[in-house]
Amino acid sequence: MSPTLAVIIKLVSIIGLMLTNGVFMIYLLRKVLGHLHIRLGPMHVGPHGILQTMNDVIKLLTKEDLTPRLADKALFYLAPMIVFVPSFMAYLALPFSDTLKATSLETGLLFTLAALSVVPIGILLAGWSSGNKWGLLGGMRSAAMQIAYEVPLLLSVLPVVMLAGTTDLGRIVEAQAGVHLGFIPGWFIANPLLWPSFVIFVIASLIEVNQTPFDMSEAESELVAGFGTDYTAMKFGLIYLSEFSNTFIVSAIGVTLFFGGWLVPWIPMAWYDAVPVLAPTVFILKTYLGIVLMWWIRGTYPRVRIDQLMDLGWKRLIPAALVMIVLTGVVDKLIVPLVTGTVG
Amino acid sequence: MSETIPAVAFYLLAFAALGGAVSMMATRNVVHATVWLLEVMLATAGIYLLLGAEFLALVQVLVYAGAVAVLTLFTVMLTLRRREDAVRPFPPAWGSLALASLFTGAVLLAIRGFCSVAPEMPAQAPGIEEFGIEMFTTWMVPFEIASLVLLVALIGAVWWTGGDDR
Repeated sequence: MSPTLAVIIKLVSIIGLMLTNGVFMIYLLRKVLGHLHIRLGPMHVGPHGILQTMNDVIKLLTKEDLTPRLADKALFYLAPMIVFVPSFMAYLALPFSDTLKATSLETGLLFTLAALSVVPIGILLAGWSSGNKWGLLGGMRSAAMQIAYEVPLLLSVLPVVMLAGTTDLGRIVEAQAGVHLGFIPGWFIANPLLWPSFVIFVIASLIEVNQTPFDMSEAESELVAGFGTDYTAMKFGLIYLSEFSNTFIVSAIGVTLFFGGWLVPWIPMAWYDAVPVLAPTVFILKTYLGIVLMWWIRGTYPRVRIDQLMDLGWKRLIPAALVMIVLTGVVDKLIVPLVTGTVG
Repeated sequence: MSETIPAVAFYLLAFAALGGAVSMMATRNVVHATVWLLEVMLATAGIYLLLGAEFLALVQVLVYAGAVAVLTLFTVMLTLRRREDAVRPFPPAWGSLALASLFTGAVLLAIRGFCSVAPEMPAQAPGIEEFGIEMFTTWMVPFEIASLVLLVALIGAVWWTGGDDR
């Protein structure tokens, strides 16, 4: 197979994954939130409403595509792209298994986070260009939040990088193979040193994907729909598709960094070769479990205020993340070698 | 692979970077200017990537496109009292143009001077690991000095905004 063809197939499959994922996640979100609220969620279209999202996609595609009179036309069209493209690119480095990944970048983790860091620009522009106060407020809130929380997000993954000794997502997974004491998985989450970093990572990534309790940028009870107020039809679809896919990506990153990626503890490595679908299935299941947990948080907690959020980010999480980096360095390079007697 | 494909990519990216810079100066809308600035930053990241400097390219996207551009947009939008204020008049400032040309000339001269002393390019760009080792051994002191300079700017900014007692 020619390399060009391989690249095209990879890109098309990522788009396929994104779309299927989006459609499935919308259904899952409604069902999860529904059951959390002791409701049924969609029930009428198909058995248990599984075809509901199909109807919604058709609705999105056939709706009138409105452009507000006061909108900044060029930016109004550009903003959904700036939101969508980085979210698409972030898939490129995710390792679904040892071999099933679009690229094996040495800087995979950095690549994914760099791609995600462009999304807030699109949100800010979407809010500004639609020329309405709710949109602008939503966009500004989103930008302020994402600037504040990108730093703890980046800092919270560094201890993992320090312990794994690489930013290649595939090799980070490999570093988590095996078991401690015969039964504890070798996943990084089993290391108490990384627990504070994991908490910071979860908070910062909830903000990265605008999830309640941190969804001030679209706060439907105050801002209508925030930065997305004036978007209709497929432009609206693109913005929300990328939000769902970002949720998938941060969950996948969390699984890769802390929960052993596609690894199942206690089974021999040869099984992954024998059953090629095992690793991707495990990875996707773990990712969806992470997503459901994020939605559990979303369905449980009330929204916090923006100034509380800023205080938490700048005054608590950033210093805490820095302390964790220093602590991880000291433990990994000084205390562990001293205890195990491998100073060298 | 022949030289053609990287060359085409380079000319596209170089055109994007220069064209973006010109458009940034030419547009009268400050928000549009910021978006053009973002485009220039991304095109520069593309050029780094073409040179095999993967880490530098990603940091360029992460820091400049992801953080600096958001901050710039944020500041521009905060300082606009009305949306119509985004469109500014465009008075030609010939003095500034002359100064900018002089500065460009000086930078060009400096780059040409540096080229003659620059060592041979390695056949393959070093990976992130060698880069880290090099950065924190050979270039430790300059790296720390750079961070000190940034710290000074940071403290200055905090002082400027003033605490509760000023």
